[in-house]
Amino acid sequence: MILEFVWTHAPALLVAIPLLGAFLCPVIGKISRTTRTAWVAGIMLVSAIVAFILASRVLTEGTVLYSFGAFDPTLTIPMDSGGIPIRIIFTVDAMSAFMDIICATVGFSAIAYSLSAESRNSGLEGYYTLFLLMVCGVFGMVSTGDFFNFFVFLEILSMASAGIIAYRVDGGVAVEAAIKYFVLSSVGAIFVLFAIGIYYGQYDALNMAVIASRIQWSTLDMIALVMLVAALAMKCGAVPMHFWTPDAYSMAPSSATAFLVVASQASLYGLFRVLFTFYNVTLNAATMGWIIIILGVLSMVVGVTMAIPQKDVKRLMAYHAVSQTGYMLLGVGVGLAVLGNQPLMESFGYMAMSGGVFHILNHALYKGLLFLTAGAIFYRIGTRNLNKMGGLGHNMKWTMIFFIIGALAIAGIPPLNGFASKLMIYESVFIFNPVLAIIAMVVSILTLASFVKVFHSIFMGPQLPEYAGVKEAPPSMLLGMGILASLAVIFGLFPDLVVTTLVNPAVHALTDQGAYIASVLGGA
Amino acid sequence: MSKLVRFAADILYPVVLIFGLYIVAHGHITPGGGFQGGAVIATGVALVIVAYGYREVTQWIGKGGLMAREVVGLLGFIGTALVAFIFGMPFFYNYLAGQGGLFGVPVTYGPNPGELNTGGTVPLMNFAVGIEVWGGLALVILYLLSGLVPHDDHEKEGS
Repeated sequence: MILEFVWTHAPALLVAIPLLGAFLCPVIGKISRTTRTAWVAGIMLVSAIVAFILASRVLTEGTVLYSFGAFDPTLTIPMDSGGIPIRIIFTVDAMSAFMDIICATVGFSAIAYSLSAESRNSGLEGYYTLFLLMVCGVFGMVSTGDFFNFFVFLEILSMASAGIIAYRVDGGVAVEAAIKYFVLSSVGAIFVLFAIGIYYGQYDALNMAVIASRIQWSTLDMIALVMLVAALAMKCGAVPMHFWTPDAYSMAPSSATAFLVVASQASLYGLFRVLFTFYNVTLNAATMGWIIIILGVLSMVVGVTMAIPQKDVKRLMAYHAVSQTGYMLLGVGVGLAVLGNQPLMESFGYMAMSGGVFHILNHALYKGLLFLTAGAIFYRIGTRNLNKMGGLGHNMKWTMIFFIIGALAIAGIPPLNGFASKLMIYESVFIFNPVLAIIAMVVSILTLASFVKVFHSIFMGPQLPEYAGVKEAPPSMLLGMGILASLAVIFGLFPDLVVTTLVNPAVHALTDQGAYIASVLGGA
Repeated sequence: MSKLVRFAADILYPVVLIFGLYIVAHGHITPGGGFQGGAVIATGVALVIVAYGYREVTQWIGKGGLMAREVVGLLGFIGTALVAFIFGMPFFYNYLAGQGGLFGVPVTYGPNPGELNTGGTVPLMNFAVGIEVWGGLALVILYLLSGLVPHDDHEKEGS
């Protein structure tokens, strides 16, 4: 009975449950701290379960549609509308389901972690309200099939993220980071809104499938594409527009930073959705593909070279996040560059895209894990400065193990998950252009070098007298890190499992524009 | 502020309030709606703060009360949408439209001067958003103006 209900209404519950949880959080927090803890953890757990149920439904039944407020949720086109879907429709295809799974996994780990990590702070009902709103924003962005609705969830996500970055005021430094993030997000959101206006003016529709079916590659479409690529590449932290990431990632509380990584990837999803579902073969694939590749290569190189000299551990990790985003852009960009050329797609295009998309999942896992370990160290010793750390391996053994897993995964060392996706990218990109593959490998080596240094300065060496009494992180923080670390290991050991069940369907859902349109408008 | 300003604010406050409520209540048939109406009502709060000073106004309306309005508004909104599940309908289904009663008068096809008692759950959601924005924006104004020093104190500090 309940399962059947969830099965039918999963796309709506995906945003309804976190919203309800967020709005009730201040009320429940009045009762007691334990009730609030149970409430927040319960809401996140239920949302995660719904996300997994939805994903399994998508993978068994194909694209799931949900019309809000319709008589029947599967009724996309009302009888008297003249063949146009007028309602807000959630179109959850394999790519959306893939992103939903990432959001559910990292969201649950981060919430579990935050239960002890933030327990010493005041204003927690605000923190959890914002956190659940972020979860709702990501779920909405990746599931929606209506482009204006995408903008609404983008704004929910930006507002909540800006609030959560400023949560630990820290003498105003965090507030400065939040203002920087907020101004840039607002500019980006206005670009997105302008592009939506262009589509609406030309094609009289906001539904993504209708826009995709009518797109013509006119001058206005080109302007809209430039605006969307600029805005969404900025929101995901690609290089010429990456400057908000170090500030925002380092100043946000660590559990929120782990989720901010997922938030950036929701924008990356938006970018891919625009390129592949809206334009697909109508755009000049080679030019656009190379633009994305150049963005990716710039991000990889600049990110890693900026990361090496950093002294603040979270700032360093933030630059590495920029660098890793480059891999996703590189992989998917190579796929875009040969889009429409079926033999080349078969020989390496699909594999490059699978590598890029798989890297989104892997990055969310190991980068989330690394930020959580940095937060655990900050929780115990109260500093993020690498020069002041040392010898923590004696006291924080579990944190050290989790850090090693994360660091080796980000550097692409087998048998961890980072290696699995990077290998796919290297192999396929090498066929496309060997220079790009060599750059990607060099960046990986630099990443390893950087993390060896970080590992040494945090954990190695004799026990420092000022940290003699430092204890291991509390159990709930270890639980959050443990989930991500074990998934990183499992996905590294059995990459085929994930690639065939989740990643390949996601990539085919992205490239197959016709199937996306047909799922909403009917008739193939 | 001077007695004149306070008197003018006393007269204007109900007018601002009524205008805001009008925009909220007519949200489904005229331009505007919950957000715009709620913002107009919140400007009434700003007006009173300007006229009477921050310290005096915070004795009448507390931050807790405004926060409560926010929560009530938000829960009203999501609750209205969630009730559709009880009727076995999709999320946000308009279960009141065309059912008769206060908000359910059926609308005939073709132009009409604007029936207020229509719209089903839409006016309910407008009211919920109105309450939320009233509380939220008033709270923002209170926080923004919390640094204000009354005129007399300012002179004392300056001398």
